[in-house]
Amino acid sequence: MDALALSRLQFAVTSMFHFIFVPLTLGLSILVAYMESRYVRTGDEVYLRMTKFWGKLFLINFILGIVTGITMEFQFGMNWAEYSKYVGDIFGAPLAIEATVAFFLESTFIGLWVFGWNKVSKKVHSLSIWLVAIATNLSALWILLANGWMQHPVGYVLRNNRAEMVDFLAMVTNTYGWLKFFHALLSGYVVAAFFVMGVSAYHLLGKSNIDFFKRSFRIAATFGLASSLLIFLVGDFHASEVAKTQPTKFAAMESVWDTKSNAEYNLLVVPDPEHERNSVQALAIPKMLSFLAYGYGEAEVKGLKDFAPGDRPPVQPTFWSFRAMLALGLLFILLSLIAFILSRRDTLTSRPLFLRIMLYAIPLPYLATQVGWIVAEVGRQPWIVYGVLKTSDAVSKSVSPSQVWTSLFGFTLLYGLLAVVDIYLLTQTAKKGPEQDVSSMIQARIGEV
Amino acid sequence: MAFQIIWFVLWGVLWAVYFMLDGFDFGAGMLYGFVAKNENEKKAFLNTIGPLWDGNEVWLITAGGATFAAFPTTYALMFSYLYTALLLILFSLIIRGVSLEFRGKAEGAFWKKGWDAGIFLGSFLPALLFGVAFGNIFGGLPMDASGYHGGLLSLLNPYGLLTGALFVLLFLVHGSLWLSLKTSDELSERTMKLANNLWFLLLVVAVGFLAYTYFATHLYDNYLQNPVLLVVPVLAVLSLLSIKLFAAKSRQLMAFFASCLTIVLVTFTGVIGLYPNLIPSSLDPAYSLTIFNSSSSVYTLRIMTVVALLFVPVVIAYQVWTYRVFRHKTTLSEIGQEGKSY
Repeated sequence: MDALALSRLQFAVTSMFHFIFVPLTLGLSILVAYMESRYVRTGDEVYLRMTKFWGKLFLINFILGIVTGITMEFQFGMNWAEYSKYVGDIFGAPLAIEATVAFFLESTFIGLWVFGWNKVSKKVHSLSIWLVAIATNLSALWILLANGWMQHPVGYVLRNNRAEMVDFLAMVTNTYGWLKFFHALLSGYVVAAFFVMGVSAYHLLGKSNIDFFKRSFRIAATFGLASSLLIFLVGDFHASEVAKTQPTKFAAMESVWDTKSNAEYNLLVVPDPEHERNSVQALAIPKMLSFLAYGYGEAEVKGLKDFAPGDRPPVQPTFWSFRAMLALGLLFILLSLIAFILSRRDTLTSRPLFLRIMLYAIPLPYLATQVGWIVAEVGRQPWIVYGVLKTSDAVSKSVSPSQVWTSLFGFTLLYGLLAVVDIYLLTQTAKKGPEQDVSSMIQARIGEV
Repeated sequence: MAFQIIWFVLWGVLWAVYFMLDGFDFGAGMLYGFVAKNENEKKAFLNTIGPLWDGNEVWLITAGGATFAAFPTTYALMFSYLYTALLLILFSLIIRGVSLEFRGKAEGAFWKKGWDAGIFLGSFLPALLFGVAFGNIFGGLPMDASGYHGGLLSLLNPYGLLTGALFVLLFLVHGSLWLSLKTSDELSERTMKLANNLWFLLLVVAVGFLAYTYFATHLYDNYLQNPVLLVVPVLAVLSLLSIKLFAAKSRQLMAFFASCLTIVLVTFTGVIGLYPNLIPSSLDPAYSLTIFNSSSSVYTLRIMTVVALLFVPVVIAYQVWTYRVFRHKTTLSEIGQEGKSY
């Protein structure tokens, strides 16, 4: 493999690994902050125990998101120097802003939250986890505005052999970036909701801390239902934005070969890129694809054949990832709806089968976020910045294949070890359940106030 | 033109503050395992940096982000030319962060020992490698029209290694002063004694560095042209000496502040000497990366200046506030209490 292929593989490995931790951080920070706020408002001890228990799981996950995130910032320069030179004038800004407005906030206040239990008042302490939650969500905004610019570049001119920013507001208000932001954010909320429901289900099956986990489950079920419904709505807007701005990606997502009006949506499709057709195409809903893309059934949907073969993204991974994401998204609505109803009726404990399903469903939202990124990034190929710069022109010139082999090997080894430790710690902590005795920390609080 | 200079100064400030803050984390991380006599002492030492190291590290992320946004060509070439060195720094920082956070999340001697090793390596290697990297930047990288003509081994030249040793010792003294300031009684005395001893080593290496710099770099050219600038290195030397004055009298806070000042002034001694280069070429000055030939457009620099003016003061305000919240000394008696120790 050459340095380009290796660098792409390394970017895929490191960014996908990074995005194992990010979504849980996004959602769980909010849930933990909510729990602590409930504790501050009601004084109910169970919320303090919840904050501690879910907070510990949050922290194990959080640190891995932080350290694997440093890799992302280094990598643009290390492996994609030509990219960084060409678009740094506009792409560097949101990254620097992300660090300034979000990373400082989350990293400073997470320290206060972990170590500040007896050093600041209850209100300030719960405020600090809210600031962490806001900051992580804010960091997602800036990095996704940056990614949104790669998907749909706006507010720039080509000048001095590079892309130069001429309209900062255009980048900040880029619809593509905002839709991506809401989409990724809500996917994180779904991950967190299913994580909390799954771990709670484990304990409800084992009949330990029943009240604690019923209440945790209920909070997560509400959060999960709202998020999985909203993400469908946002996903729909997002797909129409893709149809408008990235016709090649949209055609690959739906495996559409020929441009046509009144395009139907086929429930069953098997793409056959070699012959530029679909080998299976059945269960058509008339005009549905045109409607989904443009809001009316007569609209014209572009087919892949309209573009030179060299300008098309790989169809198989884009298509199947999109279908998988869609199917999983529907499943999440169904599961969280059942979860919501059962936990409202308080009949969870008499449904061991459902609890078992929820336990094994923990990885599914993770899977959905990963295939979602495959749609976004593989679907953008061969461009690194859509229509502006090809991925093949973006790789560092001075980096040799052997250097990337070495780093790829190092990342795989290091990340593999981290994954083992992470899974070990998460399962140990999750299985152990909440601390029973919080009286010592309650006393400490009384002594302090 | 003015904006390039503003961002050059800011670039220097970001690195200086980063070294000043994460420097004591590195120092503490290198030392605690050797200075502590038992697990509780280790915890006491680690708890002094526990709430703060992550916020300190963000200054590095911001320095990197600012280099990207303000000087994209320098960012691109620096990171790709120094590929393997930066990879090692990156791995070390990953290992340090994870080790600090995971050490206390489970029990067992093997578990603790493993993470202890991680914290040591994750503190020592970045300290050394940042020094090596900056030593090579001060001296210039072998680059010309056809690109870069070096590798990891060419970075490990005598001047680079000497700068690495300087960084390690600066951070060791800084870290031991920090530990002395933030612990009490015998722990505080032990670490202050260590700082006093390490200081002599630092002095020797610092003198060697200042002398070798004359032969290995062009850093002094700017000072010879504008002798008024010499005030910075002179103050650096004075504050280095004042560390010893305060440390000898066990005046912890003043000694630590003197050490902060020393690190900032040493960083700026280098940064001023570099101007207008960010990375000089050791082969041909025509291929040096300067703040003018590698910068972003004025429009971008202006936007980023506004962002920096709006948010950096806020960041400084809340970071200072958290340092105040954690101003108390860590005592052995509070170690082991639930919820606030590693």
